[in-house]
Amino acid sequence: MSALEGLPRILAGLDPGGAPMSAARHERVHGPLPEPRDLISIVERSGLRGRGGAGFPTAIKLRSVAGRRDPYVIVNGSETEPASAKDALLLERLPHLVLDGAILAAEAVGAREVIVAARETAVRATLSLEGAIAERTSRRLPMRLHLGPGGYVSGEESAVVHAVGGGPAKPTFVPPRPFERGLRGRPTLIQNAETLAQLALIARHGAAWFRELGTSEDPGSMLVTLSGALELPGVYELAYGTAIKDLFAAAGGSREPIQAVLIGGYFGTWIPHNLIGAVSLTRDSLRRAGCSLGAGVVVALGESACGLHESARITAWLAAQSAGQCGPCVYGLEAIAGAFARIARGTPERGELERLQRWCSEVRGRGACHHPNGVIGFVQSSLETFADEIPRHRAGGCGRRPVGLPLGPRAGDAALS
Amino acid sequence: MTPAIASAALGQSYWYLTRGTGIVALLLLTAVMVIGILGPLRVSLAPIWPRFALDAMHRDLSMIAVAMIVIHVVTSVLDGFAPIHLIDAIVPFQSAYRPLWLGLGTIAFDLMLAVIFTSLVRRRLGYGIWRLVHWLAYASWPLAVAHGIGTGSDSEEAWALAVTFACVVLVALATFVRVIRAERIGENQRTAAIALVAAVPVALGVFTFEGPLSPNWARRAGTPMQLLAPDTTPAAVSGR
Amino acid sequence: MARRIRVNPIACDAHGLCAELLPELIRLDDWGYPIIEVELVPADLSRLANRAVDACPTLALLLEDVPD
Repeated sequence: MSALEGLPRILAGLDPGGAPMSAARHERVHGPLPEPRDLISIVERSGLRGRGGAGFPTAIKLRSVAGRRDPYVIVNGSETEPASAKDALLLERLPHLVLDGAILAAEAVGAREVIVAARETAVRATLSLEGAIAERTSRRLPMRLHLGPGGYVSGEESAVVHAVGGGPAKPTFVPPRPFERGLRGRPTLIQNAETLAQLALIARHGAAWFRELGTSEDPGSMLVTLSGALELPGVYELAYGTAIKDLFAAAGGSREPIQAVLIGGYFGTWIPHNLIGAVSLTRDSLRRAGCSLGAGVVVALGESACGLHESARITAWLAAQSAGQCGPCVYGLEAIAGAFARIARGTPERGELERLQRWCSEVRGRGACHHPNGVIGFVQSSLETFADEIPRHRAGGCGRRPVGLPLGPRAGDAALS
Repeated sequence: MTPAIASAALGQSYWYLTRGTGIVALLLLTAVMVIGILGPLRVSLAPIWPRFALDAMHRDLSMIAVAMIVIHVVTSVLDGFAPIHLIDAIVPFQSAYRPLWLGLGTIAFDLMLAVIFTSLVRRRLGYGIWRLVHWLAYASWPLAVAHGIGTGSDSEEAWALAVTFACVVLVALATFVRVIRAERIGENQRTAAIALVAAVPVALGVFTFEGPLSPNWARRAGTPMQLLAPDTTPAAVSGR
Repeated sequence: MARRIRVNPIACDAHGLCAELLPELIRLDDWGYPIIEVELVPADLSRLANRAVDACPTLALLLEDVPD
């Protein structure tokens, strides 16, 4: 099976010119909004897992909210990961698929209001969503848009709930989790935009159809944002189980030899070039390589770049993205980033690496949210993958120019397919 | 000893207890304030005085202060000379004796009770409400000092003035340091707070000079007419 | 009924009283924030743990029942 057989599903009918898909075209491409009798069971049989990074089984989430009174549904389109562009693409060019999923989920759990959370800098997506919400005529639910600041931690579930409820876009102390007590104290179903798009297709075509692609443990297709030293970076829809080298082929191949691949975004893990051939996009294969897929973010680092410099720079940025609420995160990440920077510059203090590793093990798990853990995972993976660079930098440098992997809000949201 | 002299003697001891417990309560509350104000600045005398010990002292001293004030109130009621009733300890400005200055003590005590009660149920109340009520201590303490100056029988005595002055300086200094070191306030708020920290001691000082240290204070303060000696010079009135 | 201690890291302001009262279970990191070395509170430290929760200036230390 080629990497692209049976595809596209979500990206079907996408206008190559970039225009958002209208309600009329959406209905022609995908069919009318169905009225499934037991959506949650269908989703359960399909094996759909969340596409926001945690990979939590969607049916379990739906069930835990469905049993409770007066829930809310929040579509999480915050996408604060700089190297990810799939949610922006969905919200801007395929809003009706996402809104379909949101309405179906709301009907399944008994919610009477849907809030779509997006980044305030994603202007085109915002306009497109507003138009799409206004365009919907049948089975309408009160739907409103909430625009968030876009800082890295603001896309985290509890931060989104906090912000939609009028507070700062910062994570809160859990438990209780949003499905128990979320927006305004009520149970809240918060799902990634792509998860809901997948759900909208599952409701139309069924669980068996969904499982025609992918593997038995990781069924279906997924949106992957490919970037780095590839000819055609962008958002691609691929089946689970695709080998990484086939991923690269789908993106037109690499522009230069690849020294390592970052899987899972900036909270992810590096796979060095000698191991890339053995890895495919399944949870199992990635776990064996020490990774998890996260929100489908894959960055290919070419040989002309320096892994140590890039990861030190990303670490410094991530440390600054701390919400600033918890001491271990604020001070610990600052110290870790500082030590990493000195190691990358080739001027580490005595015992710097040991101190850095100690801080990593001490700070892990001591924040209110996942942020410090993600950063520490990235730091440890970077130091391990680019370990050879460390003495080279101490001896005088690697002579490579900084590539500057993306950080911060994007001006436009690259989306080719 | 005749009954008249005996009851007079008893009357005198109640009065001494009222004055004594009043001064002791002022000293204890000053210590409570200073510890409470400087404690969060990580002022630690560890390992001799670990922070949890300072915290325990803060709580224990405040409880002893409450006990002192209860005795202070009860003895002032039992002492037959001035017409003070138990209700005056809770409801301010009603007493027949120096209603304003006594009333300030009443308010100070009411605020103290709120602070202490919320502290006892702090875990149930939650940090936010507890903290808000606890700030009332900053209002309670100066009111207690003003009460002491206004009703105090020893207000013109040098030792009493010295003690009061020392207490005011300690609390003002501590508050000043706290305001300077505060991290999460705006500059406007900081300036306003510093102005307040300067203004309150000055106001108390001015009040002391215009009040107890000026002639006819007893009458101006609201001591009932029948208690005023015919010769109202400070020496003859002996502070009442 | 076993109990465990946990810190609310958002409320915690590194006052350090918990580590003073429960050095057997809590130590401070390089910046004065508590590291819970032992989560489960042994029976003989139960009263002290309660006192530590009470003493925390920001009510950041929590004592929770652990279903066994």
